[in-house]
Amino acid sequence: MTTNDERAIITILGRDKVGILAEVTAVLAKANINILDISQTILQEFFTMIMIIDLSPGKINFYELQQVLKEKGKDLSLEITVQRAEVFKFMHRI
Amino acid sequence: MLPTFSIDEILETIRMVKVEHLDIRTVTLGISLQDCITTSMEKTCQRIYDKVTRSAKRLNAEVERVVANYGIPVANKRIAVTPIAQIGQSISDSNSFIPIAQILDRAAKEIGIDFIGGFSSLVHKGFTKGDRILFNSLPEALSTTERVCASINVASSKTGINIDAISDLSKLIKEIAYLTANQDGFGCTKLVTFCNAPEDNPFMAGAFHGVGEPEFVINVGISGPGAVLAVLRKNPHVDLRELTRLIKNTAFKITRIGELVGKEVANRLNIPFGIVDLSLAPTNAQGDSVAEILEAIGLERCGCPGTTAALALLNDAVKKGGAMAASYVGGLSGAFIPVSEDNGMIRAVQDGSMTIEKLEALTAVCSVGLDMFAIPGDTPAETIAGIIADEAAIGVINNKTTAVRVIPVPNKKPGDMVEFGGLLGRAPIMSINRFSPKDMFKRGGHIPSPLQALGN
Repeated sequence: MTTNDERAIITILGRDKVGILAEVTAVLAKANINILDISQTILQEFFTMIMIIDLSPGKINFYELQQVLKEKGKDLSLEITVQRAEVFKFMHRI
Repeated sequence: MLPTFSIDEILETIRMVKVEHLDIRTVTLGISLQDCITTSMEKTCQRIYDKVTRSAKRLNAEVERVVANYGIPVANKRIAVTPIAQIGQSISDSNSFIPIAQILDRAAKEIGIDFIGGFSSLVHKGFTKGDRILFNSLPEALSTTERVCASINVASSKTGINIDAISDLSKLIKEIAYLTANQDGFGCTKLVTFCNAPEDNPFMAGAFHGVGEPEFVINVGISGPGAVLAVLRKNPHVDLRELTRLIKNTAFKITRIGELVGKEVANRLNIPFGIVDLSLAPTNAQGDSVAEILEAIGLERCGCPGTTAALALLNDAVKKGGAMAASYVGGLSGAFIPVSEDNGMIRAVQDGSMTIEKLEALTAVCSVGLDMFAIPGDTPAETIAGIIADEAAIGVINNKTTAVRVIPVPNKKPGDMVEFGGLLGRAPIMSINRFSPKDMFKRGGHIPSPLQALGN
């Protein structure tokens, strides 16, 4: 059973183009990280994609993933951030 | 099982951080220096330096780790120490605290933080030997150090107002401005005069580590005017009841973030978590303005009739939302209305809508007081004393914290602009009442404690 502690949220912000999802999911697949949910929308004129992931089966830790995706974001001219899920739970629930 | 929050909520958080400048304004480490007291200046300085640098060594790294985990920016890391007047007064081989200010400055640079607060003195009832030395050291200490912040408590609801201390301080403020004239009186931005100073305030320049505080403590100051402003702009036609609810909800979320970050940093440093300070602290970033929130409530310009009422609503709603969100609240807790750090406030002054008198009225219903405002450098000391005493009176009678951070800018006249840079922003020189309270201050003495003090 997984716990919320291993959950993280990936946010991808930038200009929409072909292959964003493929590029990012390839990184996750290689690291054996499971995607629990994906959603995309437009936020203040920016393409926004949100992924909820489970890090527990992963081959790399949270900080390594953060670094890898930051690099990937630079390649794709997108801003990719990874945040632990607790921040959202804490902010919106009491 | 998917998390218990929705995609919309994730988006809201992301938007608040990325678009609306939500951040934690400050994570402040409080350090007691009471075990650094010796009779020798050299030994005291060594102990202070060792204790501060040792206990804050991991502060920056741990805060950065928490920022990486949660993606919430922390604007500043700071340190507050026990009021130096109390730490230095046993020293028998020196009658100046300037070496202590210099050692605090060095410690701040060593740790890599921008401000260290606590070059402070509590004189609301009178002066001890240490208080006197600290007063005499203030001009040189603030003009020769970069990162040391000073605060003086001159009044309290329990004791009344120390008019003699205010008279002395107003002369020192002018001297500090003069000594830092080449930086437009910048030294005065690091000095706060308080009434009812809180012992757990995380915000500079007024932060110090009160004597009732534990050995170490982490206190957090939140930010977030941008997030509140965005919500109000999205809802231009709701009535005031609904508007209050929206502000409360936003304040709740902002405060939760502060609580999370504060607890996590404290946990990592293995020291107690103190309080979240529920303050809306503006910056010069686009839209991160308390004055613009008041204008979004429906004022043509901040400072016009109705501003006090709008601010009272805002301040109360922030507290109600924040109090639900945090286990322990403290510090100043209210909306800040500095002039130089708030673009909306600067515009209001430039357009002639905001005056010193209206600012003073606003401080009766919100946090702190007359903050970061510039006046002509040739303003008489008695006039500055009058401004401080008025502000103290509001605090004393209303059982609240008030403060003054005034910059009498040398060689400037009303309408000129001065740039302080960074978080301190820029300030238009405000014009000031030309009639003098000189004779009142010449009488000297102490305004007695008010009836409000007799609560026992």
